[in-house]
This record gives sequence, structure tokens and C-alpha cells, in this order.
Amino acid sequence: MKSAVLVFPGSNCDRDLAVAIEAVTGRAPAMVWHRESDLPKGTGLIAIPGGFSYGDYLRSGAMAARSPIMGAVAEAAGRGVPVLGVCNGFQVLTEAGLLPGALMRNAGLHFVCRPVGLKVENSQSIFTSAYQSGEEISVPVAHHDGNYQADAETLDRLEDEGRVAFRYTGEVNGSARGIAGILNAQGNVLGMMPHPERALEPAHGNTDGRRLFEGLLEAVA
Amino acid sequence: MKARVFVTLKPGVLDPQGKAIHHALEGLGFGGVRDVRAGKLIELDLADGTSDEEIAEMCRKLLANTVIENFRIERLQDA
Repeated sequence: MKSAVLVFPGSNCDRDLAVAIEAVTGRAPAMVWHRESDLPKGTGLIAIPGGFSYGDYLRSGAMAARSPIMGAVAEAAGRGVPVLGVCNGFQVLTEAGLLPGALMRNAGLHFVCRPVGLKVENSQSIFTSAYQSGEEISVPVAHHDGNYQADAETLDRLEDEGRVAFRYTGEVNGSARGIAGILNAQGNVLGMMPHPERALEPAHGNTDGRRLFEGLLEAVA
Repeated sequence: MKARVFVTLKPGVLDPQGKAIHHALEGLGFGGVRDVRAGKLIELDLADGTSDEEIAEMCRKLLANTVIENFRIERLQDA
């Protein structure tokens, strides 16, 4: 499976995401600079990493979402290519309009950096197929602007359509309905604030994130 | 020509930063503060003849996240 990890100025979790993808899929992803206008031919998975693209200036992910490469990402997403946005990547996806809602400043105003409990709400998606529905896992978060907000109509629609992929089991950042990760209507785009690539191998102390990539590999390969 | 864009949170959107500022003001002894909401001011130095619609498009496309923010444009009279 050919994959691509986007790199914006200020991204800093791109290498971790690339390491995770290579570890699970056996193939190193292409690192694609934001100013490119095209993705490598045959890209089967697009990953948007965490970090502080553009220093979070104006709004987290706002300027990254308007980068030249995002046109190609939107086109590929429209064709059904899987897109995984982690942390800043989730922010970029909402700012790009590929996912609904917005990520705002954490309700407690603190930068939250710790392992959190997540419940896998929907195990039918290509991203969660290696988990059991209702399974509780632990994945680290590290963010200042992880507070997911959308209007009530959008939140209800996400719930009704089974598009909430992960929900926090405790209070983390004030996210509406405790939403930690969501899917687009087509089910091929996932945005999540927690970092599955940081819960991948025994040295991380926790391998709960690995199955997200394993499920993807099976779905895409 | 210069323009100012004020970007503010839509009414009803929770503003924890505004709340924190509110508490800090109260801590300083200002008792008459009922509510605080914090926004952004972006100053634009534009080519003469830039239309209102173009500035509004800048706001809609980048300067404001219209999911959660409103914007107001003020054209400045030449000094």
C-alpha cells in the first residue's frame, strides 16, 4: 500500500506517523511537502500529522488547510482514498471542510498531555475494523486546541449516522458529546485528536493504537 | 487603503478565554464586569480600489472560521 504523509511548516509528528505506517504496512510513506500540487501516483492512504503547522497562527490548521497540496487531498478524498488526520491533522481537515465542526481551545485552557481512555464507538469503519465495538483503549493526547464543537444539528447527525469513531471516556478538553474522533459521510476520512502512532510499540508502554493501522492495512491492501 | 477586520466568536459559542479574562479583571478589583468575550483584530493594508466584496471573501475564505466566528469589516478613512 502506497501512502503519503503531508508535511507543513511546523508539523512535528510527521516522522512518528511515518514510522508507525512503515512498521505496520512494511512500506515507508512518501513525505509530501505542503507546496506540492500533486500526491504521488497511486497513493492509497493520506496521513495528516500532528504538530503546530504555521505555528497555529490565526487558528490551528487554518493556513495549512489552504496549502497547495490540499486540493489534491480533497480530490483524492472525494474518490474514496482513505485520509487519516491526527491532532493538527484533524484541525486541518475541519478547516478544509473535509470534516464538519471545529476544534477550539481546550475548555480548561490547559495544554493536555497524557494518556486518555477512548471508547471505540464504531468498529465498522476501515480505521476501526480491528477493534471491537464498545472497546475501551488508551491513547495519548497532547493538545491545546482539542475541544470539538459543532452545532446541535451536526452533532445529532454525526451520532445518528454512526460517524463518531472514538469518544473520550472521561473529561479531557470539553469536546461536545465527548467526541475524540469523527468520520466523514463516506467513511473514508477520519480525524482524531489522540495520537495512535504514540501507542504503537511496547517501548511506548501501550500498543492500543497499532490496530488502527492494522485495520487500515487490511482494508486498503 | 487600510481596512480592519474584527473576528469574533458567534453568540452562544463558549469562550473560556473570555471567562479567564473576566476572572482576572475581577481579581484586580473591577467589580462591574458582566461578561467578557475575546476576539481578533486583523489590519489589512490593501491596494487602492480593493472592493468590499473582495475583503469579505478574504474573511470567508481564511480570516474567519465561519463555523464558529463572525467578521466585521471597517474601512479606514485616509489619514
